[in-house]
Amino acid sequence: MNFSDLLAILPLVILVGWAIILILVDLLIPSHRKGMIAPFAVIGIIIALGVAISQFGEQSTAFGGMVAVDGFSVFLQVLFLISGLFGIALAYDYLKRQGIEHSEYYILLLFSLSGMMLMAMAADLIMVFLALELLSIPLYVLAGFASPRLDSEEAALKYFLLGAFAGGFVVYGIALVFGATQTTALQGIIAATKDGSANVVLLVIGAALILIGLGFKVAVVPFHMWTPDVYQGAPSSVTAFMAVGAKAAGFAGLLRVFMSAFNILAVDLIPILWTLSVITMLLGNIVAIAQSNIKRLLAYSSIAHAGYILMGMVTLGQGEIEGAAIAAALFYLVAYVITSFGAWAVVIALEHGEGKGLALDDYAGLGGKHPALAAAMTVFMLSFTGVPPTLGFMGKFFLFSAVLDGGYVGLAVIGVLTSLVSAYYYLRVVVVMYMQEGEPRVRRDIWLNTTTAITAIATVAISVFSTPLFNWAVRGVMVFFK
Amino acid sequence: MIPVSYYIGLSAILFTIGALGVLIRRNAIIIFMSVELMLNAANLAFVAFARAFGMMEGQIFVFFVMAVAAAEVAVGLALIVTIFHTKQSIDVDQMHSLKG
Repeated sequence: MNFSDLLAILPLVILVGWAIILILVDLLIPSHRKGMIAPFAVIGIIIALGVAISQFGEQSTAFGGMVAVDGFSVFLQVLFLISGLFGIALAYDYLKRQGIEHSEYYILLLFSLSGMMLMAMAADLIMVFLALELLSIPLYVLAGFASPRLDSEEAALKYFLLGAFAGGFVVYGIALVFGATQTTALQGIIAATKDGSANVVLLVIGAALILIGLGFKVAVVPFHMWTPDVYQGAPSSVTAFMAVGAKAAGFAGLLRVFMSAFNILAVDLIPILWTLSVITMLLGNIVAIAQSNIKRLLAYSSIAHAGYILMGMVTLGQGEIEGAAIAAALFYLVAYVITSFGAWAVVIALEHGEGKGLALDDYAGLGGKHPALAAAMTVFMLSFTGVPPTLGFMGKFFLFSAVLDGGYVGLAVIGVLTSLVSAYYYLRVVVVMYMQEGEPRVRRDIWLNTTTAITAIATVAISVFSTPLFNWAVRGVMVFFK
Repeated sequence: MIPVSYYIGLSAILFTIGALGVLIRRNAIIIFMSVELMLNAANLAFVAFARAFGMMEGQIFVFFVMAVAAAEVAVGLALIVTIFHTKQSIDVDQMHSLKG
């Protein structure tokens, strides 16, 4: 280890160091004002964000090839850090209202965030595993943060047991890949597959186990069983952060590992990926129709979106087309992150007491009483559906056209059809808000309102000027295909 | 010397027992023990491969996995104890306060 290694992971060092300092700072803060730690956490994230952006255009590896700093990692790190900022903005007032305002919340969030950042940089399977656990373990605790509320504790236990189960699959998969190629470095695996020294059977089994393990994290059907329960039971601000961050980080790992190391296994993996993508889109969207609780509805919606992102991986092994598809998947992740945070901000604004205000009927009359909030929610629902001019539409557009270029017409058709199905339940939210009479109870909080406003404007504005963002994603990905 | 495939066979059996345990057993502690069995199956595979290849990396990965497993134990047991306080039970079939 030398100085340049540390420089490469500087955003991560700042974040972890800052989180440890905040644990000490916490001791100086009186127990009724623990929210004070939030602005400190924000400062740390902003500094890390600045450093991450300054790494733009860099192309290097550190720690003997264990981590890589490249366009892909910088793109995702910026996305994660922005998620962290939104996550804190959503939590600040919510925790106070719920009577669970402890400074550990923000510290755990920073630790989880550092796991996500490490995942974006991981260039070695063992780093993928460590990053996965570093981001998951704080999230298990956060899910149970509203203890002694039973639903929160149950959510935490379910998330923990299934998360640990998934971790077991990942690590066993890594062990088999190690056995097949004598290395766990992604570049080393590529080299071993090229010179034919790899045991292909063992490698395919290992890759499949890693896919299962990360599939749990990103909630792909049939590994999604935990998602609705955990999303419903965890405090809403935690749900927002994990629905977005954990899923994006899981995909960061999946995309990097599969588009570099396991590209060679395309023939074996594509049927699996195709099937997973299709059943995820179908089940997520169809079961969401039956939901009457907004948190469960968004949980199934997030399952469905995992299916769409997975579509991009079906073009495995097609060179430039695969690059475009992965870039489209990254763009879709951005769309998903921004839209999700907006939707969850509205959910948090309407939640009151212990789990009240979460039924779809509680949104009745929102259009009349709080037009701005209802308009923002409408934007988010349209973006989830994929209606122009929203980010969700551009995301689906790039993704479907990349998949069509790859020759998977059937998959694109299923994607469009399931989007139509999803319109039913997304637009039902809009209909309830505008067409039904009611007295919604809404919490006005400056940070919630700011988040809602920023995400709503970004959802529309970035979709109109989407080319720079998409080009950035393309540049980030193309380094893998030269 | 015992061939490496024997070790891998044993680790595959352990992994399967662990995975089945998670799916079949209903006590949270036993599910958790089954997860640990899966992790240790991976450790066995790492060590066996590392020995067969004459490489240190595989042995070192085992330390990583053990450290992570220890962190998981700390969090997991705390969660299980907390939920036992609230509910007087750790049977996962009885955890049904979340329904859609």
